Amino acid sequence: MAVKVKPEECIGCTACVGACPFGAIVMEEGKAFITDACTACGACIDVCPVGAIIREEEEKNIAMNKEDYKGVWVYIEQVGGQARNVGYELLNEGRKLADAMGQELSGVLIGDKVDELTKEIFARGADKIYLVEGKEFTHYSTDAYTITLTDLIQTYKPAVILMGATNDGRDLGPRVACRVGTGLTADCTNLGIDEKTGLVAWTRPAFGGNIMATILCPDHRPQMGTIRPNVFKRSAPDYSRTGEIINVASKVQMSDIRTKLLDLIRVGTESVNLEEAEIIVSGGRGLTKPESFALIEELANVLGGAVGASRAAVDAGWKPALYQVGQTGKTVGPKVYFACGISGAIQHVAGMSSSDIVIAINKDPDAPIFKIANYGIVGDVMEVIPALIDEIKKIKAAG
Amino acid sequence: MQFQLTEDQQMVQKLARDFAEKRLAPSVAERDEKEEFSRELANEMGEMGLTGICFPESYGGAEGDVLSYILAVEELSKIDDGIGITLSATVSLCAWPIYAYGTEEQKQKYLVPLVEGEKLGAFGLTEPNAGTDAAAQQTVAVADGDDYILNGSKIFITNGGEAETYVVFAMTDKSKGTKGITAFIVEKDMPGFSFGKKEHKMGIHTSLTNELVFQNVRLPKENMLGKVGEGFKIAMSTLDGGRIGVAAQALGIAQGALDHAIKYSKERVQFGKPIAQNQALAFMMADMATKIDAARLLVYRAAYLKDQGLPYSKEAAMAKLYASDIAMEVTTDAVQIFGGYGYSREYPVERLMRNAKITQIYEGTNQVQRMVISGSILK
Amino acid sequence: MDIVVCVKQVPDTTEVRIDPETNTLIRQGVPSIVNPFDKNALEAALQLREKHGGKVTVLSMGPLQTKEALKECLAMGADEAILMSDRAFGGSDTLATSHALAAGIRKMGKVDIILCGKQAIDGDTAQVGPEIAEHLDITQVTYVSKINTVDEQMICVEREHEEGYEVIQAQMPVLLTVVKSINEPRYPTVKGTMKANRKEIPVWTVDDVQVDRDALGLKGSPTQVRRIFTPERRVQGEIMEADTAKEAAAMLVKRLVEVKII
Repeated sequence: MAVKVKPEECIGCTACVGACPFGAIVMEEGKAFITDACTACGACIDVCPVGAIIREEEEKNIAMNKEDYKGVWVYIEQVGGQARNVGYELLNEGRKLADAMGQELSGVLIGDKVDELTKEIFARGADKIYLVEGKEFTHYSTDAYTITLTDLIQTYKPAVILMGATNDGRDLGPRVACRVGTGLTADCTNLGIDEKTGLVAWTRPAFGGNIMATILCPDHRPQMGTIRPNVFKRSAPDYSRTGEIINVASKVQMSDIRTKLLDLIRVGTESVNLEEAEIIVSGGRGLTKPESFALIEELANVLGGAVGASRAAVDAGWKPALYQVGQTGKTVGPKVYFACGISGAIQHVAGMSSSDIVIAINKDPDAPIFKIANYGIVGDVMEVIPALIDEIKKIKAAG
Repeated sequence: MQFQLTEDQQMVQKLARDFAEKRLAPSVAERDEKEEFSRELANEMGEMGLTGICFPESYGGAEGDVLSYILAVEELSKIDDGIGITLSATVSLCAWPIYAYGTEEQKQKYLVPLVEGEKLGAFGLTEPNAGTDAAAQQTVAVADGDDYILNGSKIFITNGGEAETYVVFAMTDKSKGTKGITAFIVEKDMPGFSFGKKEHKMGIHTSLTNELVFQNVRLPKENMLGKVGEGFKIAMSTLDGGRIGVAAQALGIAQGALDHAIKYSKERVQFGKPIAQNQALAFMMADMATKIDAARLLVYRAAYLKDQGLPYSKEAAMAKLYASDIAMEVTTDAVQIFGGYGYSREYPVERLMRNAKITQIYEGTNQVQRMVISGSILK
Repeated sequence: MDIVVCVKQVPDTTEVRIDPETNTLIRQGVPSIVNPFDKNALEAALQLREKHGGKVTVLSMGPLQTKEALKECLAMGADEAILMSDRAFGGSDTLATSHALAAGIRKMGKVDIILCGKQAIDGDTAQVGPEIAEHLDITQVTYVSKINTVDEQMICVEREHEEGYEVIQAQMPVLLTVVKSINEPRYPTVKGTMKANRKEIPVWTVDDVQVDRDALGLKGSPTQVRRIFTPERRVQGEIMEADTAKEAAAMLVKRLVEVKII
């Protein structure tokens, strides 16, 4: 597919030039001209007032028979026998896709002695589970997991695969997609079915969160995507649900695995696991000095929450990168998110906008963070936070 | 006649601009407030090679031209001219005379570390009673066997106390007047060399200005720069080049102030529209821009002449005179455009106005520049 | 040690703004930069070269303007830079891009380590690195925050993980994608810049590499952008209006108790 301008119909209004997110349209002799930088996103088609820009279908010779591929799969990522929440979140969302497509929803579980998780996977909405177990899966490795997931795809041919956009998910996803030769949409924040084509419509932020792009994978199967943790909710488990477990033997030889995990260094406490936290208290540049982070920690402590940091705070060396929330850090979706001394640059917002309630504390009343906050206090964080801690302690003591 | 920078020159310009924006801009207001010279930033500047732009590769330089170096001073000065003058003092006033008049041994020992940015340099000419009248030197160097014994003091010395290498001027024969002045290279840790009070200045707080005190400093004769009695000539030719550096500093200050004024006047709304839409202010900025461009042409021409090996003494004086005068005017106007905020330390134009003043004074007051220019055209 | 660093020229997305009236991206005045994570990758490569010797080659794919980004990499200290530029590469998604880049790397012959930034700040996909590794059938480690040791057979690195760090030993040759905390990229030096300016940057077209033309460009891209739009903004909430911080804090806590957060 390519996007083309019909020069005879172009009126030279330049509407498309400004609308192109990639700067791929220039004016030549009073007519719009699409350059190499075009990604065929079609943003210009929508804005052209005279319909002079069209999408041209291009012949593709794909060996794949799309009809052979059926069902929605959710990859259930587990660490040390514990499933990550994102798998269950995706089962809930995958259920909707599967129902809309009139197809089955399956969980894919790879690990060592993980069959106990199957109950929960059914309870969260799966009709079927593909289970591959073995010692080689004790820890995640790119090679063992790629071989196994690829084998499952080639044998059982799913139409759609959803994976969590975790560090392991984003390690495994592209490797598998490349091996089976299909498309993968990274780091999605919304899913749906494209009305016109019936394909999965994968929506994701781009340009540092400034724009959203909806992506399709029309001619290749399976349609694959990684989805950010915490953007979808888990459904309530229904333990009466059961389903079919398909045990698949591992085809991995130990010699296939080219990496070896020597050590796992856990950092700090539970509080680092931002993705799973219900309350997060984040600090930013407004704290002005590293010592002030003690206040953030204290507030998190009285609330029973985790500590996060903005990129500015991480760049300043006040907190390690693992604590960073935002487009290039972690995506979080807690019940309550406190943004303390964080201006709310779009890159930060991209990492926390799915929080249920956002509370902003900033001395600048014009800070963009207030535009997305449910509650806000305009004031110096160094004064407001100690006051907040006092008030919360009072309530807790009384309650 | 070419009015375009070469690709090399543009790249050095961009490099210096990036450094200034990323490394100097975040802390310049704080360093100004605290009157703090940052050796760390000066070292970074050296590591990047800004100190070596216009020296041959054989001495660790980048083999670029003087204009490239001048562009770097201008770019730094747009944001932090205190660091701009730190560079200019090292390169124009210390490294250059050693390069031009030093022996091969002196170049290897003293020039290379300056060019490679490992050391800072300074220039010791001005004394309490020998400012514009440089010939009234009271610092003396007396021969003692193969050595010279240096006694006296120097004031207002940029990089004084931090620099490792100093080019210092002293009377070796009072009876000969200017012909009795000799230049020496003095090392920071030589016995008897100490530093007096740190100057508290109106502006350029991010640079260091100090008094040098020499009490029986023993200098081996290998540390004599040039020949006996050549000091005045060395000082004057060094200052010719130094003036282009000061002119570039002034140019940077003026451009920085105009950039701030343009941005602010487009954002500041009074009577329902941005103040830039008032013709009174728009015309003010048109004048500012025109003066800056005129100064820029003078500054770049002086650097060009130096690069071509042509005489540039008069042209350097013109560039310094005009660029510093318009820097004072432009920064004053920029403060005016900012109104009350311009007078506040919350905004940078106040600092730029304070800093602009020194460019009319040091490395030859503007009155001296007029002496140089008139002397040249009326001879 | 032969090291290849894959870099991308990207618009500085921190400078991108949305026009509130037309709701479109304002690209004007947005500078093109070397993707910041790729600079970390280059810095890691330069440090490896300083320690173990060898050669660092930077590779990019894009229009001819991409040479600017490659010059910056040369100025930082890379030995060689190669640009893959051809209309046939235009419009490639991550799979097609990785196919082309892998072909470029194959053409270079022996390569020990390929370094990439963890993701590009314009697309944020983090896919091209692992897909190159797959095309070349070599080991990969993503999100690398430290390189501990390296020899001809093995490399030992630390990998960032949700819970902390993994220490991983990987067989060479290897592709690593690096995170920002791995290092602080150096500034280009004046000398490096001038040298870079005189350096020839070879441009490889589709005819210079062994590729499957059907696997390139829009044709070779399984994914297609259907629609681009600007994200919705959340509605403005409630600001605690009070004279002192204490009063405001009390108001907020009262409200949080009401909505059962505390």
